[in-house]
Amino acid sequence: MNVRITLATTRRILSQLRHDHRTVGLLIGVPSLLMILLRYVIDNEIAFDRFGPMLLGIFPFIVMFIVTSVGTLRERTGGTLERLMTTPLGKLDLLLGYALAFGLLALVQVAVVATISMTWLGLDLAGPVWVLLLVAVLDALLGMALGLFASAFARTEFQAVQFMPAFVLPQALLCGIVVPHDQMATWLQWISNALPLTYAVEAMQQLAGNTDITVTLLRDTVVIAGSTILALTLGAATLRRRTP
Amino acid sequence: MLSSVVSVSGLRVDRGGREVLHGLTFDVPRGSVVGLLGPSGCGKTTLIRSVVGVQVVRSGSVTVLGRPAGSPGLRRLVGYSTQNPAIYKDLTVAENLRYFAAVLGAPHGDVDRVIDEVGLGINRHQVVATLSGGELSRASLAAALLGSPELLVLDEPTVGLDPVLRQELWELFHELADRGVTLIVSSHVMDEAARCGRLLLMRDGDILADDSPGGLRAATGTADLEAAFLHLIAERQEAHAS
Repeated sequence: MNVRITLATTRRILSQLRHDHRTVGLLIGVPSLLMILLRYVIDNEIAFDRFGPMLLGIFPFIVMFIVTSVGTLRERTGGTLERLMTTPLGKLDLLLGYALAFGLLALVQVAVVATISMTWLGLDLAGPVWVLLLVAVLDALLGMALGLFASAFARTEFQAVQFMPAFVLPQALLCGIVVPHDQMATWLQWISNALPLTYAVEAMQQLAGNTDITVTLLRDTVVIAGSTILALTLGAATLRRRTP
Repeated sequence: MLSSVVSVSGLRVDRGGREVLHGLTFDVPRGSVVGLLGPSGCGKTTLIRSVVGVQVVRSGSVTVLGRPAGSPGLRRLVGYSTQNPAIYKDLTVAENLRYFAAVLGAPHGDVDRVIDEVGLGINRHQVVATLSGGELSRASLAAALLGSPELLVLDEPTVGLDPVLRQELWELFHELADRGVTLIVSSHVMDEAARCGRLLLMRDGDILADDSPGGLRAATGTADLEAAFLHLIAERQEAHAS
């Protein structure tokens, strides 16, 4: 682990994004548009106050999953990963470089969507805004870590994109947005309890409904951070210096 | 022996379920330019990947600068350029090189130096995706020249280049060798072989010959290296038949 190399990696990834205006536009524009749509589809302020924050947790998760799984796959198939593996760059430098770059990006994304939601769309958030940003960035990093892990099992970009529904949709179904957690069958609750997105959504619910930082919110934050570290460790294990 | 920069012994490698290198043994002395010649599919890239330490090998040993290939201590000392240009297509030439320079801990002026050495001055601020094939492979080669590598391993660095540029790159390779850098350069074009100090001729995962161009011509009694290569193949087939 080397701070200079990590920061150089972050800078390199941000430069790549700077050259790709359309991707940045989509990263920020699509969640904003979806939020606006949601507001007028629901057309009910109380219900929007309940669903809005949950989506603020899920958007960065999904977006970072896709961006990272395709991005890392490109490093693997484009030969740049092989080149980097012959240099002093450590696996942790690469992972943290990605985490920093995408964490920053997630911060901008959530800040824009949250601003639109809380001004124009009239979203009422009981809890503090900085906690919302923190949890959203953690969700983004979780998505990033899972995307990195998933990319190891994809040989083509077609496959990598398919992993998004495979990894994300079951979690989205079971996380408590579609059907509240306590109304699911017991065995589904067990599965739901094992999936990290459940805690991301619960944390956002806590923020939406409580002015204080609750114990549940704290626990959820720890679970999200722990899952991220676990997924990053698994992801690191898939980055090999020697390949067959 | 200290004077040998790369020492390969009994190297066997499997890829895709079959053996592609059948027990190779050779040494590369310091400051030499070694040409790795052979047709596409003969195992050049696999051998090169073994030397830089990114290839899983079945048996045998590869020692580079006195350490096992791929050792952490070698990562600043070995420059590697892959056959398919391994640089970021969505960054400019300078941005790519600045990143790799930072990773290697190379001094600031290095980016300008290597851009100059591969003749990409006018393409400096061009996004790599818009470069031509030859410019692309030179940009990738430039990244391998960053820092102060003692060994350069270049997989087909001159493919698709015009003759003038090719000439310039070979002059650069020899300048580097004069400064004590050791180079292993692969090619499937025989006319490049004459520019190397030493040749390793490969075919089907074996080394057919390990000699200087002059020595090879003399040993086979042929005038050009293409003919020498054919002579060696015929000789080997006769040996197998009898």
